[in-house]
Amino acid sequence: MPIAQNKLEQLLQENFPDAQITVTALVADDNHYSVKIIDKIFAGKTRVEQHKMVNSALKEILGDVLHAMQLSTSAN
Amino acid sequence: MTNILEKIQQTISSNDVVLYMKGTKDFPQCGFSAAVVHVLKTLGANFHDVDILRDAEVRQGIKEYSDWPTIPQLYIKGEFIGGCDIVKEMFQSGELQELLKAKNIIN
Repeated sequence: MPIAQNKLEQLLQENFPDAQITVTALVADDNHYSVKIIDKIFAGKTRVEQHKMVNSALKEILGDVLHAMQLSTSAN
Repeated sequence: MTNILEKIQQTISSNDVVLYMKGTKDFPQCGFSAAVVHVLKTLGANFHDVDILRDAEVRQGIKEYSDWPTIPQLYIKGEFIGGCDIVKEMFQSGELQELLKAKNIIN
């Protein structure tokens, strides 16, 4: 059960309202995405901490409806 | 599960660089694991590899240990550095080289 790109973008935007979010489909199967999130709330946090914040926001769908996500985060 | 977490802790603290991966450094069984192996070999960093496909307890335990859902997982001097995306990003920016140099793992 995959997730449409606009649904994923919407879910990310709800969780990171001030962020600049770019979602790119890696394969046209609604299942493999590359996600880039730039958000000031990541400032001072390690990459692992930043990724954990995103993973926890997507907990409901990661590994289930969303099979694979390439993730890149930064504060600016 | 307590024992397995202790075993992981021991592996990580007794090796400077540890990679939990699918397959071995010579025969990776997954593209993401292979990518991290390639980065470490390119940098000339010696590392200890743990094949999680050979041990179901370690496979589950390592995710709990780091609170991180995916494999591979790279540890340097006891610290969890990240998975494939983070390692590649740090390699491209030069941060990984700096970290390994600062920890006296590469010259």
